[in-house]
Amino acid sequence: MTFLKVNNLSVDYQMRKEIVRAAKNVNIEVNKGEILGLVGESGSGKSTVGNAIINLIDEPGKVSSGSVILGDLNIHENSESIVKYRGNKIGLIFQDPQTSLNPILTVGEQLIETIQTHLKLSKEEAKNKSINLLKEVGIKDAETRFDNYPHQFSGGMRQRVVISLALCCEPELLIADEPTTALDVSIQSQILELIKKLTKERNLAVILITHDMGVIAETADRVAVMKSGNLVEIGETKKILTKPQENYTKSLVSSVPPTDKKISRFVIVEKKNSDKIENNIKILNRWTKKKRIINQDLVEIKNLSKSFDDNFFTESSKNSVMAVNDVSFDIKEGESFGLVGESGSGKSTIAKMIVNLFKPTSGDIFFDNVCITKIKQRFELMKFRKQIQMIFQDPYSSLNGRLKVKDIIAEPITLHNPSISNIDLNNYIYDLLESVELTQNSADRYPHEFSGGQRQRISIARALATQPRLLVCDEPTSALDVSIQAQILNLLKDLQEQLNLTILFISHDLPVVRQMCDRIGVLKDGKLCEVSNTEDLFLKPDHEYTKELLRLMPKIESIYN
Amino acid sequence: MIQVDNKTLGTWERIKDSDIYHSFIKSPTAIVSSTILLIIFFCSFFVELITPYNPFDPSSLSLMDAFTPPSWTEEGLAKFILGTDGQGRDMLSTILYGCRISLIVGFSAIIFSLILGVGLGLTAGFFGGKYEMIVMRLTDVQLTVPSILMALLVDGIARGLISREMHDEMAIYVLIFAIGISEWPQFARVSRAATLVEKNKDYVSASTIIGVSNIIIMFKHILPNILRPVLVIGTIGLALAILAESTLSFLGVGVPPTTPSLGTLIRLGNDFLFSGEWWITFFPAIFLVILAFSINLLGDWMRDTLNPKLKK
Repeated sequence: MTFLKVNNLSVDYQMRKEIVRAAKNVNIEVNKGEILGLVGESGSGKSTVGNAIINLIDEPGKVSSGSVILGDLNIHENSESIVKYRGNKIGLIFQDPQTSLNPILTVGEQLIETIQTHLKLSKEEAKNKSINLLKEVGIKDAETRFDNYPHQFSGGMRQRVVISLALCCEPELLIADEPTTALDVSIQSQILELIKKLTKERNLAVILITHDMGVIAETADRVAVMKSGNLVEIGETKKILTKPQENYTKSLVSSVPPTDKKISRFVIVEKKNSDKIENNIKILNRWTKKKRIINQDLVEIKNLSKSFDDNFFTESSKNSVMAVNDVSFDIKEGESFGLVGESGSGKSTIAKMIVNLFKPTSGDIFFDNVCITKIKQRFELMKFRKQIQMIFQDPYSSLNGRLKVKDIIAEPITLHNPSISNIDLNNYIYDLLESVELTQNSADRYPHEFSGGQRQRISIARALATQPRLLVCDEPTSALDVSIQAQILNLLKDLQEQLNLTILFISHDLPVVRQMCDRIGVLKDGKLCEVSNTEDLFLKPDHEYTKELLRLMPKIESIYN
Repeated sequence: MIQVDNKTLGTWERIKDSDIYHSFIKSPTAIVSSTILLIIFFCSFFVELITPYNPFDPSSLSLMDAFTPPSWTEEGLAKFILGTDGQGRDMLSTILYGCRISLIVGFSAIIFSLILGVGLGLTAGFFGGKYEMIVMRLTDVQLTVPSILMALLVDGIARGLISREMHDEMAIYVLIFAIGISEWPQFARVSRAATLVEKNKDYVSASTIIGVSNIIIMFKHILPNILRPVLVIGTIGLALAILAESTLSFLGVGVPPTTPSLGTLIRLGNDFLFSGEWWITFFPAIFLVILAFSINLLGDWMRDTLNPKLKK
């Protein structure tokens, strides 16, 4: 039975220069007891559709046509009826559990407030109802946690509270907008299980908005694929993921890193010429010709620890947090070493110590058999700065917006080679841009004119400018869409092969690490659990935590079973 | 290859395409206040070309013209639009000459405190530690002293140090220093806060990893990125500096009467207020109000436009 029917929904944003159609004639139907996955990349309009259903479109946007029929009522007929439905018949779960709760009210107060807004219940009844709800979403000691403030809950627990808030007025439709994107993989699977369970038990109609195909594969019954405001394809999840009809869906599915096998390259469907970069990329001519010995240790990390003092006045170690605790591993020349762990596991801290942004509290880092953590002289350090470069997670903050692309890339070149002539400098910049597949005219532009993926390419070009031996990649693709991720990963693989780079690849995303790395180290709470070859790690993990991580990771392949 | 469209924009097209330009042409307040300011700036800096009188050339003055009321009153003369003062000087020319002094003092003082404040704030935010603590406590101390009091203090000390003959000559520099020294803390605070945000961004880390030195990171990378909020409070600070200059001159510790500023003119005219010659003090005062008001309105518009937090 069709419960929610979205007919010909269009949403327009009146911008300064043009009207942006964020959603174009979208038709969706959702049944009771069913999860509809709404999937698409950033800017595809998936959240716009979700917000349009409850008429929560921000200015200057507006619903320009179409109707939303819930049960047998057109809820867009007048703006008052939707207020009655929002939070009552329709529950909402947002992405970030940090900001969707009011920090100065206890969880209980927020629940009671919501319940009493919509239902005619006394305070006592509302309280009982809230506690039952908290129990239902899996919060232990609900009676005592009822009086806690949001900051006393962990991220996953907070998202459970948000779900209980969404459920508190017995909604029949639940809209979850990226409910697990801000959460670690182990918590993600719990929350998804919870949503699945509630869907069945309460016979809810659920719209799950996400960019993650793995999440869709594991939870959604049907899936709708969106691209730039258009609904591309809609159907049974299994059918869409295994036999996609449209080109866009095909490319989306093929860009998802498989979890069960290692592939050499991602297939880019839209691009005809998905071959490797030709062998004679020009920057290679400038690369040091020195033959590098494979299988020799390039980086050795010995008993590395880092603690952060959160007390400003005393330097006592009582309050310090051990971000990295006695970690030792080595990276061989020419290999890709992966570091995986959940947030707070210390993986970025290790990266920052290797590139010498942080000094370790104890332990040493050897690069090419020289201990780089003990270097005092600036000119000594510069030799290593040149050889170790880093690519950052956030493509927006990693480029200085006030500089042109050519000045951004020129900075490392002129710093390490001040005598370079202007013509040579320009040629080198063009060669670098070409090696990351950007055109020459990109050089005269500012970073804000580029998309996230293109910015990440500029970042890579900047990192390559000093001809490094080690490239530290700190979650280089986690801020990018999956198809862009595939392109960047392909690029990194090609560059590594061509330039014989050693890569330290840091990520929380196990399938990505599997595609990229030769060996993997697993971190938990600052401690290294195990280091092993990629295939060994995925096929027969040693450590309990690794097994847990592998079990919980959303698998797009689960749909085949 | 990833194609970006081939058109590379020139500087003027960039400006025309920017949000600031569009917000500007949509805001009547911004257009009116900046037009007024441009006219005032132009008239006061090219005052010799505009006015037929030089109020500071004694040979051109005639005491016979003294206390002529504005031209639209019964006794007014067409050649003195806003009347004359007690020495027969044309009020309009005197105001424009005075406005130039006020603007020079205001701009110099604000640039002085901008350099001092941003320099200290930027380094404090960037290096942190004990240095930051000392600088920030210094701003706290500075903020507890009212700026007029501070300026009076500086003026008093300067009078003691500088010989009597030199005093008139040096007065303008003392004034610039006095106003500048009392306004730097707000620049230090704002630029420190902005630096703390910027220095943790990845582009700063990237430059560190490349090997760029701290000084270059501070001035090439961080400084341009913190200038927006600094320029906004700089604009509002300019109005305050001009008012401070006028206040001090009104109190008689500012620029000497031989090179009068707006404040000096108001003070001189104040003596004639009760004898009926209201125009001698009224016109410089109203001029000062228009000037400060326009700068403030422009500053408000800048704050609203450049502050992403206020954007909806």
